Amino acid sequence: MIVDFEQLQFVEVTRTFGRRRALNRVSLTANAGTITALLGHNGAGKSTLLSIAATLLEPTAGSIRYGDHEARTAGSALRSQIGMLGHDLYLYSELSAAENLRFFAKIYRLDRIERRIDAALQRAGLSERRDDQVAGFSRGMRQRLALERALIHEPRLLLLDEPFTGLDEAAREALRARLGGARAAGAIVLLTTHDTAAIESLTDAAVSLVEGQLQ
Amino acid sequence: MKKLFVPITVLAALMFAYAPFMILNAPYESTMGLVQKIFYFHAACGMAMFAAAFVSGIGSAAFLFGRKPSADRMAVAGAELTSIIGLIVLVTGPLWARKAWGVWWQWDARLTSTLVMWMIFNAYLLLRRYGGPGSDRLAAAVALFGMANVPFVYWSVNVWRTLHPKTSVIPSLQPGMRGPFWFCVAAFLLLFTVLLALRTELEKRRQQLDELYLAVEGD
Amino acid sequence: MNRVISKSGNRAIADSADKPAELDRPITGVPDSPITRFIRDVWLVCRKDLLIEARTREILYTTIFFAVACVLVFAFGFVREGRPVQDAAAGILWISIAFSGTLALGRAFERERQGETLRALLIAPIERPALYLGKLLGILILLAAVEALVVPLVALMFQAALFDHAALMLGLLIAGTVGFAAVGTLFAAMLVRARSRDVMLPVLLYPITVPVIIAGVRGTAALLMPEADEPMARAWLSMLVFFDVVFLTLALWTFEPVMTE
Repeated sequence: MIVDFEQLQFVEVTRTFGRRRALNRVSLTANAGTITALLGHNGAGKSTLLSIAATLLEPTAGSIRYGDHEARTAGSALRSQIGMLGHDLYLYSELSAAENLRFFAKIYRLDRIERRIDAALQRAGLSERRDDQVAGFSRGMRQRLALERALIHEPRLLLLDEPFTGLDEAAREALRARLGGARAAGAIVLLTTHDTAAIESLTDAAVSLVEGQLQ
Repeated sequence: MKKLFVPITVLAALMFAYAPFMILNAPYESTMGLVQKIFYFHAACGMAMFAAAFVSGIGSAAFLFGRKPSADRMAVAGAELTSIIGLIVLVTGPLWARKAWGVWWQWDARLTSTLVMWMIFNAYLLLRRYGGPGSDRLAAAVALFGMANVPFVYWSVNVWRTLHPKTSVIPSLQPGMRGPFWFCVAAFLLLFTVLLALRTELEKRRQQLDELYLAVEGD
Repeated sequence: MNRVISKSGNRAIADSADKPAELDRPITGVPDSPITRFIRDVWLVCRKDLLIEARTREILYTTIFFAVACVLVFAFGFVREGRPVQDAAAGILWISIAFSGTLALGRAFERERQGETLRALLIAPIERPALYLGKLLGILILLAAVEALVVPLVALMFQAALFDHAALMLGLLIAGTVGFAAVGTLFAAMLVRARSRDVMLPVLLYPITVPVIIAGVRGTAALLMPEADEPMARAWLSMLVFFDVVFLTLALWTFEPVMTE
């Protein structure tokens, strides 16, 4: 079953953890070919929102629609259209750069895997380090690799949690370009940040979360 | 259900008040004498304990697969009662065993599986308490596995060794003993029902309190 | 646009705005049946774990060492006047397997915690049960390696004739380890994000795997008797297999709801 969609919709989504309300009746819509920024301080609920969009968390109330699909009914096929980059980068440090990419490419059932790996490594500027263990990479190198890993299956929905943190100017520029490319290809990009300068002129929409509520 | 709280509690209290008289008048068991009379409470508690564990297991399954909060409340209440009633069973048992068989403890099927089940539900409570957020789901899985586990423990220890009077002792009870026995069982099951309902209600109030808290601070 | 030389000196970064024309939205490989996909996913996860382990061999070595240390410690506890207490060998063998198995499980999932790779796997389009089975298979292979060392060691140190009835002994070991690991993998996975997970795993695991220990020990002891009681050992083996079937099914069933918060 191939699942695809043109729109991500949050309808009155609430998520509580015991006495803590992380999200309070959040509604937002993001269309294909747009980049939406989620702004807010730490603890405002940005990561929770991303986790819910990634189907890792279930909302306490409200619903999330991926086009006509819902997470529960669409099943694992939906997840092949979702890519996520978290703060912890999701890389296996004992494996090499190429091996990390290869593993995820196979998991996402891609074709022409070796060519995609080569292209991804080239984009990340890691072609010469392809067989080196990730454990030996600098933070910047890991982030570049992690971004390529998240994008290797060219997902429809791209979720990025604080992607600009700790990047130098060159890396930021590269990331901006990469995200622009993804948008041009029709992806729905949702990223969180508390650094408004980094996303200037990149985003099509920005929403602010304050204590779980949209402003 | 709430309306019945008081009448059932009163009934249970009366039954417990009357129970000692029934037990006193019951015939003496031939070999064990007076000590055997612990049996009336011990075995009745055993039944209540299994009822509690059963409730907790079913509630956990309903919570895991149906996501209903009411099921989780029942599961917690059941688990706590399993722990408490289990404690009574595991204390009265050895007290009886010491006099009847000369040892405090024996590794036979009934005792061992009861002990293991008790430990599983204590582990459940520990997990809920110390496991951090999200531990209600995890604990539900533990309860479910615990329930599935009990027949295996029972069977395996049974094959290994048996000393405990088998279940068949109940039908073969002397007629004079059956009355008091079932009376005590009824008393304990009533008590169990009341405690379960109370604890579930308490859990519900706690969740309502959380919701009120959220409502006040949210908007 | 300023010319930017990144730290790696690779100018390819500045060109990343254009996607290579030939790679459009990826199509997946040849569509295959759900079952083939499932088995493939199980193998992918397992292979990844084995690959990582082969690189560092950290869990393998530490678990083996721990198992050997266990056997030694128990030996001091149970050997009297230079001769082992009867039946000690069976008990010591299975307890060492249980203890070292718990350790290996904890370490294996601790690894997934770093880099939060377990999340990446949960977001991927693999079926959750396939993820569970892949991890289970990896653990089983690891424990097989550990047991390959510990069993001869115990046979040696306790003069236990563990190899006389090799087929049954192997059956008990396999069935017992599968049962233990099936429950352990589920619990270790679900505890990854819980507090106090180090102590919670044994607290939860040991009571539930009591039947496995009983069956394993009694079955092994039956084989070690002067006149080996084979029917008894077979009975214990069948119980273990039954346990495995029930609990594997239960674990596969509950893995999804338990891993979704």
